[in-house]
Amino acid sequence: MLTLIGRRLALGILTLLVVSVIIFAGTEILPGDVATAILGQSATPENTAAIREQLGLNRPPYERYFEWLVGFVQGDLGTSLGNRRPIAPQVGFRFENTMLLAAMAACIAVPLSIGLGLVSAIKQGTIFDRAISVVSLMAISVPEFFIGYVLILFISVKLGWLPSLSNVNERMDFGQRITVMALPAITLTMVTLAHMMRMTRAAVISVMNSPYIEMAELKGVKYWRIVIQHALPNVLSPIITVVVLNLAYLVVGVVVVEVVFTYPGMGQFMVDSVSKRDVPVVQATGLIFAMTYVLLNMTADISSILANPRLRHPK
Amino acid sequence: MTTINSETARYIKPSKTLMVRRFLAEMPVVAWVGLIIILINLFVVAFAGVLAPYSETELVTDVWAPPNPDNWLGGDQLGRDMLTRILYGARTTISIAFIATILSFTMGIVAGFTAAVVGGIIDTLLSRIVDALMAIPTLILALVVISVLGTEIYVLIGVIAVLDSTRVFRLSRAIAMDVAVMEYVEAARLRGERLWWIMTREVLPNTVMPLIAEFGLRFAFAFLFIASLSFLGLGIQPPLADWGGMVRENATAIIYGIAAPLYPAAAIAALAVAVNLVVDYILARQNRSVAAAFDGTG
Repeated sequence: MLTLIGRRLALGILTLLVVSVIIFAGTEILPGDVATAILGQSATPENTAAIREQLGLNRPPYERYFEWLVGFVQGDLGTSLGNRRPIAPQVGFRFENTMLLAAMAACIAVPLSIGLGLVSAIKQGTIFDRAISVVSLMAISVPEFFIGYVLILFISVKLGWLPSLSNVNERMDFGQRITVMALPAITLTMVTLAHMMRMTRAAVISVMNSPYIEMAELKGVKYWRIVIQHALPNVLSPIITVVVLNLAYLVVGVVVVEVVFTYPGMGQFMVDSVSKRDVPVVQATGLIFAMTYVLLNMTADISSILANPRLRHPK
Repeated sequence: MTTINSETARYIKPSKTLMVRRFLAEMPVVAWVGLIIILINLFVVAFAGVLAPYSETELVTDVWAPPNPDNWLGGDQLGRDMLTRILYGARTTISIAFIATILSFTMGIVAGFTAAVVGGIIDTLLSRIVDALMAIPTLILALVVISVLGTEIYVLIGVIAVLDSTRVFRLSRAIAMDVAVMEYVEAARLRGERLWWIMTREVLPNTVMPLIAEFGLRFAFAFLFIASLSFLGLGIQPPLADWGGMVRENATAIIYGIAAPLYPAAAIAALAVAVNLVVDYILARQNRSVAAAFDGTG
């Protein structure tokens, strides 16, 4: 098992490196050019050359890549083209905000989806189960901003229960923060709930159909005890995997939701920087997003190795 | 040779129409609803210009006018007819998503089948590239690329097609791997048929149903993706009407309790749900036929 985990860790680190190369190369190899992208319409050969010089674009790409990567690892994310200030302090608090929102959504979504998944697996084939399955299929296919605006219209404008804008700031206390973050967190919950729930349901159903559960039933073990004590340990592994995968999805899904609720997180920062063509910021935020995603995926794999008795003893 | 071909053709033809008829006859209500919504959308794409009561850019009513007999869905943020904009928006959004899907499919299938049939270093190389691209969340990678290349329509189509083709590649490679080891492919190879012939005549016909389902899923993905990019202001640019962009432009109306951004958003949601409902049915059918095949032999 240790070699399996070690191999997965090594693969994870390799993936991180490849990801950093792709993100760096994405802005380098492509036919577009950062200098002309910054200048847009006003690009003349002279000022293009000046900008290239200023950004150090005349040096070979691999040299700049290593410089960028080493800086990144040391916490130096480079300088923004827009306001010519270092990127790290601008990203710092936004990253915290994003993680806070994702964590809040996860705190609602994970227990709720596992609970609903369990219930609909046990009540398999009833109206409750079928209703949940249709609703969840719809929630999977609907865009985040649709859910977001529907929630704003009904919960915040018509009913006035929660604020529609989620402009958190330093001066807010914890309670206020939770209140303004509630709607974006609910939106994210609805987006991820369905997938986790369906997977939980499928995992529980497949275990409940296995012979050893039938054996327990025949022995006369109480129903809920079968579910909790006999079935749950074996469905844990697939559920953990799907939960962590959805956390990875949450971190990315946050981008659109932040824009809907004008939440000052990293996603909105990245989108703004893309429209301003602030390439260093896009590279930095893009790499942070991608890293979080890769790390969570790796965690999913490793935790499923740890949780699965069969993977502990590979053939 | 020719007689055999015409014989096989005669044999395949009636069975195909039978398959379609059976496919429709066994379709549950939700899948019918999905199919009808898809057909309505295709109709609108084809005839937007004829159906629309006004022109795409004409100012005909008040800003965010409420729905009324002249403007069924009211006005947008400039006082253009919302219904007209949605009809034209369907054309832009759906056709761009469709072109991107076709492109991604062509690339994904050609690469996937080649990897499976040729194998060796080509397979390893293509698979590793795809692995690397799939390690990064699609939206993030797209944003990085768009920050350099800009938001021209061909850039958007290209970005979506390339990112989407990674998934098609994996699926078609897996399918072709299964088929490539079948006796009839081996026979064709020993017969000395060329690669292209094997792929189009032996491998492709046996992979049609899973690929159709995948086409639906990929289209839904491309469609939601372009809508999301436009919603973020990084997709199709105004004054061209497109659904994601319309949600963005009308977004501020929602604080006044005006539903304007919800109309295009609902149009996006409806089409995405519809495609998924139909795909769900195709996949369920396929699972059933696989299960039936197993029951038959076992």
